[in-house]
Amino acid sequence: MDINDLRSITTVLGLLCFLGIVAWAYARGSKKGFDEAANLPFAEHDDEGAASTTSHQR
Amino acid sequence: MSGTQTTYNDKVVRQFAVMTVIWGIVGMLVGVIIAAQLVWPELNIGPWLHFGRLRPLHTNAVIFAFGGCALFATSYWCVQRTSHARLWGGPLVPFTFWGWQIIILLAAITLPLGITSGKEYAELEWPIDILITLVWVSYALVFFGTIAKRTVSHIYVANWFFGAFIIAVALLHLVNSAAVPVSLTKSYSAYSGVQDAMIQWWYGHNAVGFFLTAGFLGMMYYFVPKQAGRPVYSYRLSVVHFWALIFTYMWAGPHHLHYTALPDWTQSVGMVFSLILLAPSWGGMINGIMTLSGAWHKLRDDPVLKFLITSLSFYGMSTFEGPMMSIKTVNALSHYTDWTVGHVHSGALGWVAMVSIGSIYYLLPRLFGKQEMFSTKLVTVHFWIATIGTVLYIASMWIAGVMQGLMWRAVNTDGTLAYSFVESVKGSYPFWAIRWLGGVLFLTGMLIMAYNMFKTIAGSKVKDVPVVVPAAHHA
Repeated sequence: MDINDLRSITTVLGLLCFLGIVAWAYARGSKKGFDEAANLPFAEHDDEGAASTTSHQR
Repeated sequence: MSGTQTTYNDKVVRQFAVMTVIWGIVGMLVGVIIAAQLVWPELNIGPWLHFGRLRPLHTNAVIFAFGGCALFATSYWCVQRTSHARLWGGPLVPFTFWGWQIIILLAAITLPLGITSGKEYAELEWPIDILITLVWVSYALVFFGTIAKRTVSHIYVANWFFGAFIIAVALLHLVNSAAVPVSLTKSYSAYSGVQDAMIQWWYGHNAVGFFLTAGFLGMMYYFVPKQAGRPVYSYRLSVVHFWALIFTYMWAGPHHLHYTALPDWTQSVGMVFSLILLAPSWGGMINGIMTLSGAWHKLRDDPVLKFLITSLSFYGMSTFEGPMMSIKTVNALSHYTDWTVGHVHSGALGWVAMVSIGSIYYLLPRLFGKQEMFSTKLVTVHFWIATIGTVLYIASMWIAGVMQGLMWRAVNTDGTLAYSFVESVKGSYPFWAIRWLGGVLFLTGMLIMAYNMFKTIAGSKVKDVPVVVPAAHHA
């Protein structure tokens, strides 16, 4: 086995790894965790003053 | 909000946010000057202020001083707010600020003096490169140290992008800057010939991919949802977006070396991966823009949101244009022409600068204890001036570029060139003047921003904000 076989294997493993990530991202079980993560920026109270007034009222 | 004394470290965010605006003005002013030098060559004064010396100063100032400060400010804000933890690292935090400012000052001194390693976007000589490494390692320690002490289980997607940007830039900088010093101010690259060229453009394109894209996508994933007041359109898509970018960007560099001594297969790999990149780029753009779906009305009166969403439109445009230009037959026309310059600025002004400006406008009132910017109207004025400036810049460079490409390759029936080079220079003249005007407009917008910023800061009472202890489960 020469270095080019290793290179090919790495590329194929890279692709498989990526496809695995896609499958995981769209798996039903991941949804709850993602929803929690997506709401992380909104756990702060920094919108009570500045943000909401600028974006809603004006 | 339960009783804890820990506060967020917003001082460093304030410092970087203010310097973003200052360095933006400096870097864009140098850009306007070199654009003017192309229109009025008499402006090339002495060796120090010659186009060849000022051009790397412009690129370094806008990418690393303006863009860099914006990335430091936004990543430090975002990682604290989404990890519910104060920045880790103690003295390392101010070191990243002051170290980065010293690097910028050293660049502003050495580049006009002609002290350069000659590598595009990596011109700074080896002692400065070592300082960059020290600051960057500190940045990585602070950022990942803060993630490590987070009090929530998830790492928000914006932090993944910021983290990838920090790691990739460290790798790129270390490999590409490897050099043999011969004196304090002169070194020679550790590589030579086509390997040197390939490493340079592996660096160069990934500087675009990770410094100018991944980091700013981190901004998008935090500030667009915050300003729109709703979570990102699809978190799943953001995960796929992230990993697709990571897996493909590293391979795209060879498209800068089409029709050179680089082996043909390497050029083709670069082209194919550049084309593949269209998918994750547009996935990310759609994810950002669709975050606003159902709340489009907010776009009407919120200039900060205008900046953010327009930046995504330019991101989509330039990430469509880029893959097209990487196709070898298209590149045969576009390479070495102003089309490339136009493409770069569609990304730099339209995407990178606008998403930074929007994010900084979001941050400034919050950082200085104000309800909003001193003048929302001036933010709107800034938005329109910047947009018109960007469009003038891109459109003039498109026309000039395609014209140059066509003129350079036009041949007479006997095989001789139809035009001399200087004829293409003459033809470009009016478009270079329009480009200069576009740059002036964009710079004017930044000056308005600075005025608005200082008025917002004036008389402000800065107070430390306590770290919010996350609820057991999120709403």
